[in-house]
Amino acid sequence: MSTSSVLHVGLEVDGAGAHPAAWRAAARSSSDALGPARLRDVVAAAENAGVTFVTFDDSLVPPAAGPAGRLDAVTRAAYVAPLTSRIGLVPLVHPAVTEPFHVASQLAALDHASLGRGGWFVGAGDVPGARRALDRPVAAGADLLDETADVVTVVRDLWDSWEDDAVVRDSATGRYVDRDRLHYVDFASGGEGLPAGPSSRGTADGVRAPFTVKGPSIVPRSPQGQLVVVGRAGTVPGGLLDVALVATTDAAARAREDGAPLVVVDLAVTLDAAGRLGADRRAELDGLAGVPVPATWTGSAVDLVDVLLGLRGVVDGVRLLPSELDVDLPVLVRDVLPALRVARAVPTPRPGATLRDTLGLPRPTNRHVAAAATV
Amino acid sequence: MPDTPDVPRPHAHVHLGVFFQGVNHTTIWSDPASGSQTDFETFRRVAQTAERGLFDAFFLGEGLRLREQNGRLHDLDVVGRPDAITQLAALAAVTTHIGLVATQNVTYNDPADLARRLASLDVLSGGRAAWNIVTTDNAWTGENFRRGGWLDHSQRYTRAAEFVRAVQAIWDGWDAPEPVRATGGTLDIEVTPTVPRTAQGHPVLFQAGDSPDGRDFAAGHAEVIFSAHGTDFDDALAFATDVRARTVAAGRPEDDLKILPGTQFVLAATDAEARDKARWVKEQQVTPATALSLLGQVWGEDLSHYDPDGPLPAHDPVIEVIGETRGSPRRGKRPHEIAQAWRARAEAEHLTIRQLVIAQERERGFVGSPSTVADELVRWVRHGASDGFNITPWLVPSGLDDVVDLLVPALQERGAYRTAYTGTTLREHLGLRAPLTHRVAAAAQV
Ligand SMILES: Cc1cc2nc3c(=O)[nH]c(=O)nc-3n(C[C@H](O)[C@H](O)[C@H](O)COP(=O)(O)O)c2cc1C
Repeated sequence: MSTSSVLHVGLEVDGAGAHPAAWRAAARSSSDALGPARLRDVVAAAENAGVTFVTFDDSLVPPAAGPAGRLDAVTRAAYVAPLTSRIGLVPLVHPAVTEPFHVASQLAALDHASLGRGGWFVGAGDVPGARRALDRPVAAGADLLDETADVVTVVRDLWDSWEDDAVVRDSATGRYVDRDRLHYVDFASGGEGLPAGPSSRGTADGVRAPFTVKGPSIVPRSPQGQLVVVGRAGTVPGGLLDVALVATTDAAARAREDGAPLVVVDLAVTLDAAGRLGADRRAELDGLAGVPVPATWTGSAVDLVDVLLGLRGVVDGVRLLPSELDVDLPVLVRDVLPALRVARAVPTPRPGATLRDTLGLPRPTNRHVAAAATV
Repeated sequence: MPDTPDVPRPHAHVHLGVFFQGVNHTTIWSDPASGSQTDFETFRRVAQTAERGLFDAFFLGEGLRLREQNGRLHDLDVVGRPDAITQLAALAAVTTHIGLVATQNVTYNDPADLARRLASLDVLSGGRAAWNIVTTDNAWTGENFRRGGWLDHSQRYTRAAEFVRAVQAIWDGWDAPEPVRATGGTLDIEVTPTVPRTAQGHPVLFQAGDSPDGRDFAAGHAEVIFSAHGTDFDDALAFATDVRARTVAAGRPEDDLKILPGTQFVLAATDAEARDKARWVKEQQVTPATALSLLGQVWGEDLSHYDPDGPLPAHDPVIEVIGETRGSPRRGKRPHEIAQAWRARAEAEHLTIRQLVIAQERERGFVGSPSTVADELVRWVRHGASDGFNITPWLVPSGLDDVVDLLVPALQERGAYRTAYTGTTLREHLGLRAPLTHRVAAAAQV
């Protein structure tokens, strides 16, 4: 697959920043940090700068290191949906934690409310504490890979369970919908043993319980048909993804071979800002963290622009993870993204465009329509 | 209105909510003014109209499986709607005062997840969120969920009480030194809360369920009860008297549980015009196909090939109990008795199928000029039949326009409706006390 010379820029906007100690450095009280005004401001700044999409990291239970306070990601994304018009909104939802049927409904509702700018950042990795919080078996380890594949599959099935033109409003026959354009999904997952429930309390940790979903969805097919599914390469089968996230550019070719239409590399950054070197800021944050923190890129806005220009043709996009949103985001918005626009290195999302449009991904034909067309 | 001793609550105000119902034959989709039932814009317009009318709350219902009749997807009514909390979060961004109520059941949600999502909505809306607690427990809905049909019907309110206590503990457990632990016969969880307390303490609790168990549950846990007693004054007063007695028996002040019946308004310039319009509304709601469908529910078979303008079936229903048709108000009743009564009435009054079904449809809500309806609503709240009304518009998005433009001013003229929001949270709009769990904690500290 060819890679175009434009680079999509994504931005992680969770909390005080991607560095685990960012919240310690932030001066705000926790309620301000979580409140609607800050959320609005951050996403508006990203949209105004021409960012293609924002991601909202999340977890049902607080991370071992980091702040306890965090709002549900889909709820945050939905809140900013009517306040924005061009930017993609991609909340993290963990496939082993949230009910698959609810995942499909919540994200479809996000896509409706945002007029087609919704995505799903598929959560990965074990969630310690989820089993106790949910009172049911939660897949972990190798089982989690199978569980993730199953959940993404059934969510995609549900998103296709209504054909686009199912609502016919046919006064002549009194029919609001054409029931032949609605489809049961009749999905059965893998897994062994008892389904979730009080009787599954004896199931060993990490083992997944089988589940079924009847369908159809309770939400009509959304503007994009299928939301943009974003996941870490290796945690979701490439064929189920629209965007594979890779940790390094070395992993891009492999992700493409696995079938992901677009490949985006994660880049954690600590920029020279407010009269201080990124490296110094970074060292101070690491000191506050008290736990080992993976390295980030540090340097000036000018140097970052060079790095990003060099990624064109290598990957389809980059997801920036600013160490501290309050400090790094203003530099990204004022100095980095404008330089990329001037270099015609980034697309210009149009108002009213869906996230698929902006990413250059086609709107998928509903599988039931496609199947009928080939008969 | 003069203070008279026979008016028990002479200064009571009317509280209004709007129930964006979606799936039901009361929503007329065939009218040229009927907007998209799916687009966000329709929801935005209804919520903003209600806020212009100084309503307390905007409500969304929940149904986690598409309705079926005789084993086939029901195709005559509006169907398909957004996830409630997600949609309300989006609406929170385009409104400033109105409360946002999400109907969510306790059987197919997890307390840790639902507590978090509701609290998130409460933070983002500045203290305007509420949860309408319902107890969907059937295995048929369970087919969409990991746990399947795991809960016996008789346990629905045991589960509800345990679930609600767990949710309250999570809401109240922010910043506690230990994780929250909640146990009971239907759950056993431990979780660290992630959402701080909100401007209204925590989301307001509504309950919708009418059985004695449901009423007791509301009296013990809820702050607002959303009832179906919104048409007949005596029926509503009897219901209100009953739930107030239960509230007092639960150790609470009798005004601690607000009563908001679901209802419908049909307004026109004169009472006579309004009655004509109400007839028209019913005819739109009961289309020929819907008449045959409602008849088919009772007979337990597909009668769509019958002539809606012809006589009722001559044979008896093929079923003993009206069963798995979701959303059927007659679920559980004896079809043979209903069929006999319907046939007798059709013969006596010379009614066709559709005429009979229209005649059988309950009279719903209030019909009249704005001043007639305003007088009625004031009478209801001042005599304690309810604290207000939760209106289901039969047309969206424009169905609230005349309520806001004509009825609200008529209520204001009577001194029975706010002229501006005086608070910012839903708890303040409804005149509620602090959350029950906070009161217990405050009392214990004294
Ligand atoms: C006015 C009213 C509205 C209701 N709305 C919903 C709804 O939106 N979704 C739902 O699943 N159940 C809804 N219910 C059903 C109740 O939650 C409850 O499950 C049902 O009434 C059975 O409980 P009961 O036996 O106590 O009446 C509603 C009930 C009433 C009275």
